[in-house]
Order: sequence, then structure tokens, then C-alpha cells
Amino acid sequence: MLGNLTFSAIPTDPITIGGGALMILSIATIVGLLTYFKKWKWLWTEWLTSVDHKKIGVMYIILAFVMILRGFSDAIMMRLQQVLSVGDSTGFLPPEHYDQIFTAHGVIMIFFVAMPLMFGLFNLVVPLQIGARDVAYPFLNSMSLWLTVAGAVLVNLSLVVGEFAATGWLAYPPLSGIVYSPGVGVDYYIWALQIAGVGSLISGINFFVTILMMRCPGMTLMRMPVFVWTAFSSVALVIIIFPILTATLGMLSLDRLLGMHFFTSDFGGNAMMYVNLIWAWGHPEVYVLVLPAFGIFSEVVSAFSQKKLFGYTTMIWATVAITFFSFLVWAHHFFTMGAGANVNAFFGIMTMIIAIPTGVKVFNWLFTMFRGRIIFASPMLWTIGFIFTFTIGGMTGVLLSVPVADFQLHNSLFLIAHFHNTIIGGVVFGYFAGITYWFPKIFGFKLNERLGKAAFWHWIVGFFVAFVPLYILGLMGMTRRLSHIDAGTGWEPLLYVSMAGVAIIGIGVVLQILQFIISIRDRKKNLDVTGDPWNGRTLEWSTSSPPPFYNFAIIPTVHGRHPFWDMKHGVGVPQEKPSYEDIHMPRNTAMGLYIACAGFLLGFSLIWHIWWLAAMGIFGIVALVIIRSFDYDTDYYVPAAKVAKIEKARTK
Amino acid sequence: MTKETLIHHNAGARNLFGFWAYIMSDALLFASIFATYAVLQNNTFGGPSAGDLFSMPFVLVETLILLASSFTYGLASLHAHHHRNEENCKRKVIFWLAITFLLGVLFLAMEVFEFTKLFQEGAGFQRSGFLSAFFTLVGTHGLHVTAGLLWMGSITAQVIRHGITERTVNKIAALGLFWHFLYIVWIFIFTFVYLIGAI
Repeated sequence: MLGNLTFSAIPTDPITIGGGALMILSIATIVGLLTYFKKWKWLWTEWLTSVDHKKIGVMYIILAFVMILRGFSDAIMMRLQQVLSVGDSTGFLPPEHYDQIFTAHGVIMIFFVAMPLMFGLFNLVVPLQIGARDVAYPFLNSMSLWLTVAGAVLVNLSLVVGEFAATGWLAYPPLSGIVYSPGVGVDYYIWALQIAGVGSLISGINFFVTILMMRCPGMTLMRMPVFVWTAFSSVALVIIIFPILTATLGMLSLDRLLGMHFFTSDFGGNAMMYVNLIWAWGHPEVYVLVLPAFGIFSEVVSAFSQKKLFGYTTMIWATVAITFFSFLVWAHHFFTMGAGANVNAFFGIMTMIIAIPTGVKVFNWLFTMFRGRIIFASPMLWTIGFIFTFTIGGMTGVLLSVPVADFQLHNSLFLIAHFHNTIIGGVVFGYFAGITYWFPKIFGFKLNERLGKAAFWHWIVGFFVAFVPLYILGLMGMTRRLSHIDAGTGWEPLLYVSMAGVAIIGIGVVLQILQFIISIRDRKKNLDVTGDPWNGRTLEWSTSSPPPFYNFAIIPTVHGRHPFWDMKHGVGVPQEKPSYEDIHMPRNTAMGLYIACAGFLLGFSLIWHIWWLAAMGIFGIVALVIIRSFDYDTDYYVPAAKVAKIEKARTK
Repeated sequence: MTKETLIHHNAGARNLFGFWAYIMSDALLFASIFATYAVLQNNTFGGPSAGDLFSMPFVLVETLILLASSFTYGLASLHAHHHRNEENCKRKVIFWLAITFLLGVLFLAMEVFEFTKLFQEGAGFQRSGFLSAFFTLVGTHGLHVTAGLLWMGSITAQVIRHGITERTVNKIAALGLFWHFLYIVWIFIFTFVYLIGAI
């Protein structure tokens, strides 16, 4: 009846029970509060079924914040385990549990923190920056969000029902094959990523079409804000690479479920093919994440240097060049495969070349700051911190791109330090800068600056204290993913230093949580009544904070790269007495949520081999899609009179 | 053009453009599996190879049936797009969609027959890396055809219900992209799996 699912799937060790109890307790608290304040209906109609891109964006970011807490607890446990498990002592985590933790850490941070943060910011900002009222496919947008949530729920469920993969975040076979990983961990991994991956792909197509077809009149490609350009490059990559991930994980699951031989060690399988395919997705994926961060820095550095961005055109071409080259470097992740000197030389040189457009960007940011009147607000601090940190990370990357050096450093902590250097210094700092920068636009009040700055300093100091020791340990020969360390290696002191660094970052995280709480408490003091708190140049600042649900009562017409700046200086100002027209808007729908629920059931039943439930899941998805396709009443008009009324109240 | 039709027209163009983007990504899904097949095609592990297994006349008939379905779908689109104001338009569109549907079912039936036969000959997907890749590549195409058939049924029902309108014509165009795309993918399968395999 329930496939492989029995009571023995409930874990019994105290740490997992503690984590699970904490999770169930938080859910119970939220449910209790919602019931007590009678907010269920509000939650359902205003949020869960909403197709408004701004609300979907906020929900993506909430998901990311919940998941970053889990990913960060995993990081703390790993650091603790390595300092506690030296010589005779074995620490507090058995190896199979430790292995699940480092896998979960990577999977959560990339798929359920960085990706939702990115799509969240796209949702919040891109339609506003291009002068559109919504994305191209509002219903699919809602569905993508809920598919991502379904994937995240599966990952969290693995904590209390069964186990998670113990294979590392890319689940290389043959280790992830059925012979060496007979449990459900790898299946949780596969189906969480497949479901969330479909969401990402649909979101990618959605923003691709939005950016190409929904720009307001006058906004040519070379007048788009840099963030829109980087978002465009990023979603173009998503459309190209996510099918590779789907196919690769699909083949891995066929190996596991049906006994096929794609990646097995016998019967003619080829495990290295998996590694090639997964990195053909995986390397462009890191550019998917970091390009939008580059876009955020470009917006922030211009606003807070009080100058227009230096070298707009080179910035765009550098972005496009990185997008292209990101496809030609994947084999640098496994120079040790044995592909031969020529292949390694090609991929090594391509990797070095990709540093050139990145360097162009760094100089553009520096020259934007040059002779600017820099305001050291917290988004600007994140940006300067990024330039410094990311440049170091980039240089260690070029170092690793030399195949002979890589043979030594492969799978060592040097590599771990390198990619955290670029991902924390690039992606995380970038998205924090973006959230601080656009927060007043979405909520109508600014975040507390004092706590924001304090959080930044803890993050950057903590980052270097945590990761510089890992560079040194890597050079000393310490490999990644060790759950136990020999006393004679002499690695222990540096691991303690790194542990201290994580503690400092932890204070930064606490400060950020405080920042949100205190900013919400004091929101009356920090209201943004102008809609333009930073003296911005792009269209999102031309509407109020928060914007009305239709964003722009009259679709703006732009005449240059800085449309709002022009308006503030008298160019292209809308006529004195606006004449409003009816506005065409999509209707809210719960269909996206239902489809994601059916997807979740399908994933869960495939993990546990509950075949009748799987059949119901597939039937549910097909039926729901068909029902939705029969619904022709998916949008409505806001009458001009109502628009006039809303506008009058809003601009009072 | 009134504002109403203008907005629907724009939405229609946007939907079709989105479909092109989706089909590009689907092409990459197939490309990944094709690449896998290319790597594994000689990994027979002592089992049968492509040359031992495939019956070319059978596959040729399969190909011709799918080609014919692509053509009949084209006739359905043609009537929906260009003969919209003619009297029998709705009936003709439904007729050609039904013919396409039947040809699609026939194609799938032949594929299932071929798979069953291979299993009976002891050449199932568990036999070797080559056969895993073969069944997955052809099976993924077959799953796409199945999805296309479900979709075709849904659209036919919508045409019966709403007639030939801006919206249904747009849906027919979107499915058309998908259906013709599947035929192109099949040409690649026919060439790289069956023809080259038979050499």
C-alpha cells in the first residue's frame, strides 16, 4: 500500500529529531497564529493564489530566507564536526549523517536559496524596470513559484521521513547509483531538483518573453537597464541548460528505478558521461546566478556614486561574452578525468579567457565610482565588499584553471574556499545589496541602515576569517568532505579559526533578522513617500512605493537610457492631465498551487515506490492542465474610472 | 482593429513566441539524450547491436505515418488560419485533427509493438548501456507524442465548444509547432539511430 514507506523511515538519532521537532514546531506556530488572527482567507486570496509579480517575488524571497537558515545550520554543523572530530574523538555526527549534511548544504544553498532569491528579484524588479504591468505569463509565474516550493518541501521532508542523499551536491555515479546508494536519499535529491527545475525552466521562458516582448514604447535593447540585461542573459542560460539537468537526472533515476545502465560501472554504462552532462548544466548555472548580481551592482554603484554607469555598452557586451563563454569551460571541473593534454589545455585557456570580460566589469564599476560623490549606504557597502572579495575569488579561479595546478588542488579545501569566495562575495552580497536597494520600492519603507551596515561588516570579516584558512588548508593537502581528521596533520588550529569565522557570519545573520524586525517596527519613521528614495534613474522609481497592482497607470514612453532621470529633468514628462484607459489584468488563480501539489505527490510517491499514488499524481497534473486550458475567463479589465480613483488616492 | 482584438492578438503573438522558446529548450533535452546515445551506442556489453535488431521496412512505415500526420495537421492549421470564414471550416478542422490523432495513435502502437518485440528477443533496456540509451531516446519521443495526443484531444474539444476563434486558432498554432517539431526530432532518430545503426 505505501511502497517502501514504513515506520522505520522516521529517524531516531537525537540531532535529526531535534531538527525535525524544530521544523514541526515552527509550522505549528505559523498555523496557530494564522488561525488565531483569522488570516487564512487573507493568506489565500491575497498571497497564495496571487498572480501579481510583486507578491510572487516576495514569496520567492521568503522561501529563500527560510531555506538559508537551514543551509546555514548545516554549515555550522559541518564546521563544528571538523573541529570536534580530531584524533581519537569522533565528533557528534556519524559519517553517513555528516555526508547528508554537506549534500543538503550545497543543494539548498544553490537551488533553494540562490535560485529563489534570483527569481524573486526578477519578479520584483524586471517588469517595473521595463515599464510593464506584469510578466508575460502570470499564471505560469505562480506555477513556477509553487513548483519551487514543492521541491523545497521535499528536501525538508527528507529530514523527518527517510534520509537525504549522502553523495555531494551533484550526486556523481556510481556512488549515487542503486548499488552504492540503495536508500531513498538520492531519490529525494532527484525529485526535489526535477520538480524545482521544471519551475525554473518555465520561469526562465517567462522572463525571456517578458523582456523581449513587453518593454514599454521607446525602450530599445540598448536602452534597457543593466539589471534587465543581466536578467535576460541569465534566463537565456536557464532555457538552454535546465533541459540538460532534467535529462541527466532523468537518466540517473532510470538507472535507479528501472535498472538501466547509463552510468553504472558494468553493462556498458559510463559514469564520466554523467559528470560531463551535469557540469554542462552546472558551470553555466553559476553564471545564471552571478550575472544578475552583476546587474544589481551596476544599478547600485551608479545610484550611490551619483553618476551614470561608466561604460554601459562594454558592460552589456561583457555580459553577453560571459554568457557565451560559460558553455565552453565545463571540463575544468574534472581535469583529472584523463581527457588528455589538448582537451585540458583548451578548457584551461577558455577558463582564463572568461576572466577578461569579468575584469572589464570590475573596471567599469571602479570608474563609475571614480570622482563620484559616493554615499556609503549599506547597498554600496555590499558592492564595495563584493568588488574586493570577488576579485580575490576570481584570481584563485584563474589559478585553478591551470590544469597542472588543478591536479594538486582538485577536490581540496582550496577549491571550496575559491567557490565560496565567488558565490558569497558575488551572489550572496549581490542579492543582499539588491534586497536592501529595492526593499523600499516594494514595501514603502527603508530598512534600518545601522543594523544593515553592522550586518555587512560581520559578514565580510566573518567571511575572510572563515575561508582564508580553507585556502591554506587546501594547500596543506586537506581534501573536502572529511568527517574525521587525523591528529598528526596539524590542520586543527586553522579549522578553529574557520569555525570562529562562521560564528562571526552567524552574528551577521542575527543582525539581519533584527534589521527586518526593527525596520518593520519603526516603519513609520522610514517611510518612502516619494517613490524615489535613492535619486534613481530607471523606471521602477517613477511609480509610487509600493506601486499600485497595475504598476503604471499610464505606460511610460522612454527616450534614453535613464528615463526617470530624464523625466526629473523635464524630458518625456507625462502630460499634465492624464487620461486613463481601462487596464487589462490577469485574474488570480489557485491552479498553479494545485498543479504543484500534484507534482509534489508524484515526486513523493516515486521516491517511496507508491505506484498508485504516482499514477494519481500524473493523472492529477494532466487533468489540472486540461481544466486550466478550458478556462477562457482568465483576465479582466480595471475600468478607467477606478484607475483614476486609485491614482487620486495614491498621489494625494 | 479594436482594442479588444489588439490585446488578444498581442497575447497570441506572445504565446507563440514563448512556445518557440520552449521548443528550443525541448530541443536541448533531446540533444542531451542524443549525445548520450552517441556515447553509448557501441557499449553493447556482448548483447545485440543496432545492426542486429532493427527492421528497416517497419521503421520506414512508422516514419511515413508520422510524416503523414504532420501533413494532415498542416491541413487542419491551413483551414483554421486561412479558410476561417468558410462554411464548413469548423467541421474540416475537426476532421483533420481527428485524422492526425488516429495517425499519431497508430505511430505509438507501432512503437509499443517494436518495444515489445525487442523485449521478447531478450533485448530489453536492462541488457546494455546501448539499449538503455535506445529505449530512453525513442521512448522520450514517444512520451512527447503521447503528450501531444492528449493536447490534441483537449484542443479538439475546445474547437467543438468554441468554434474557430482567435484563441482556438492560436492554440492550434502552438500545438502545430510542437507536432512538427516532434516530426523533425523523429527524422534525427531515424537517421542517427536506425539508418546509421543498420550500416
